Amino acid sequence: MAAVSAASGPARAQAGPYTRHSHGLEEFFGALRGKSGLSILDWAGASQANINFITSLGHRLYAEDFYHLLEAHFGPDFQQGQQEAARVEAFLAQTLSFAPASFDGVLVWDMLEYLVPPLLKTVVARLEQILRPGGCMLAIFHAAERVEPVPAYFYRIADAGTLLLSLRAMRTPAQLFNNRAIETLFARFRSLKFFLTRDNLREVIVRR
Amino acid sequence: MWSKRREEEFVPRPPAPSAEPAREATPAAPPPKPAEPELPRGVASIGKSVVIKGQIFSREDLYLDGEVEGTVEVPENRLTIGPHGRVQASSIKAREVVVLGAVNGNVEASEKIDIRKDARLVGDIKTGRIIIEDGAYFKGSIDIVREPAKPVPPPRPQAPPVVTSAPAAPTPATPNVSAEGKR
Repeated sequence: MAAVSAASGPARAQAGPYTRHSHGLEEFFGALRGKSGLSILDWAGASQANINFITSLGHRLYAEDFYHLLEAHFGPDFQQGQQEAARVEAFLAQTLSFAPASFDGVLVWDMLEYLVPPLLKTVVARLEQILRPGGCMLAIFHAAERVEPVPAYFYRIADAGTLLLSLRAMRTPAQLFNNRAIETLFARFRSLKFFLTRDNLREVIVRR
Repeated sequence: MWSKRREEEFVPRPPAPSAEPAREATPAAPPPKPAEPELPRGVASIGKSVVIKGQIFSREDLYLDGEVEGTVEVPENRLTIGPHGRVQASSIKAREVVVLGAVNGNVEASEKIDIRKDARLVGDIKTGRIIIEDGAYFKGSIDIVREPAKPVPPPRPQAPPVVTSAPAAPTPATPNVSAEGKR
């Protein structure tokens, strides 16, 4: 297992579960406040915490373990085969084959970081398709200055503004993202809102 | 009541592998077979070597540890898909569903669904309540169907207390002459 406590700088990770406030999450659920019966796609996989929280708001949850599917399709380092058309097609068919405008909200977490540029572009275009106009998305990017292993977490929702994080593994992102790169990535969306956290993460709320 | 509760909590587990190496059988003392999980009464069972293609309908609790392709309906009872169970179903309906094996298909559990560690479920779930253990794999949508609140019946007027036996009579204030006293 990766030496999690030895990591330094932006990649510092806490092995045990810990909670932290998330302005991005607060903003995400703030945007859905007062509505019920919405459809939410959660890429963190099915967990009791997320199911309870989202369904208690009266929403329908679609759970998808994107991390697991990355590993299953592209190998343990995620990046092997991300250029192979057949694998990419199978991956997209399994993760993003929804009718247009299927979701009011998508919890992407930090999954986009592990996609190489061509696949990333395709995935973001698909996300734009499946999100309803006015819908929003929460994405997280590490604010590292060089490509190095970063902690990949299980994201559990404790409440509308608090996340419970537990380390899944240390992973190397496929590329670095600064604010400009993130703006370019979501250029086709209506608006972006950034929150820089103390643990060097950029939480981004993307609205369609 | 006690036995019913035990029955509801029953979840058969696969036999634990023996730590000892296998020994040759002797006619006098054949090696004991690994104990199969014993099902409580009132639970229908489909064993792990059984393959069924078609429709299953049960009016009692059903423990399914084999392979099923088709539909499974246990409308008023509990359906348990055991650790060896492999279900490829267009529809699974039950009052309560417990998944320990693999399910591919949509599940409707009117009361609750319980997805245990190492279980795998790909499909959409409609249920009143969901329990999912860490380590379970689930891909699909979850619709929590909340039953409409039942109208509360108006309170019935309190019936006067029914006296079934004569109350202990208070000691009368007036002196009472007993038969003994007469004597």
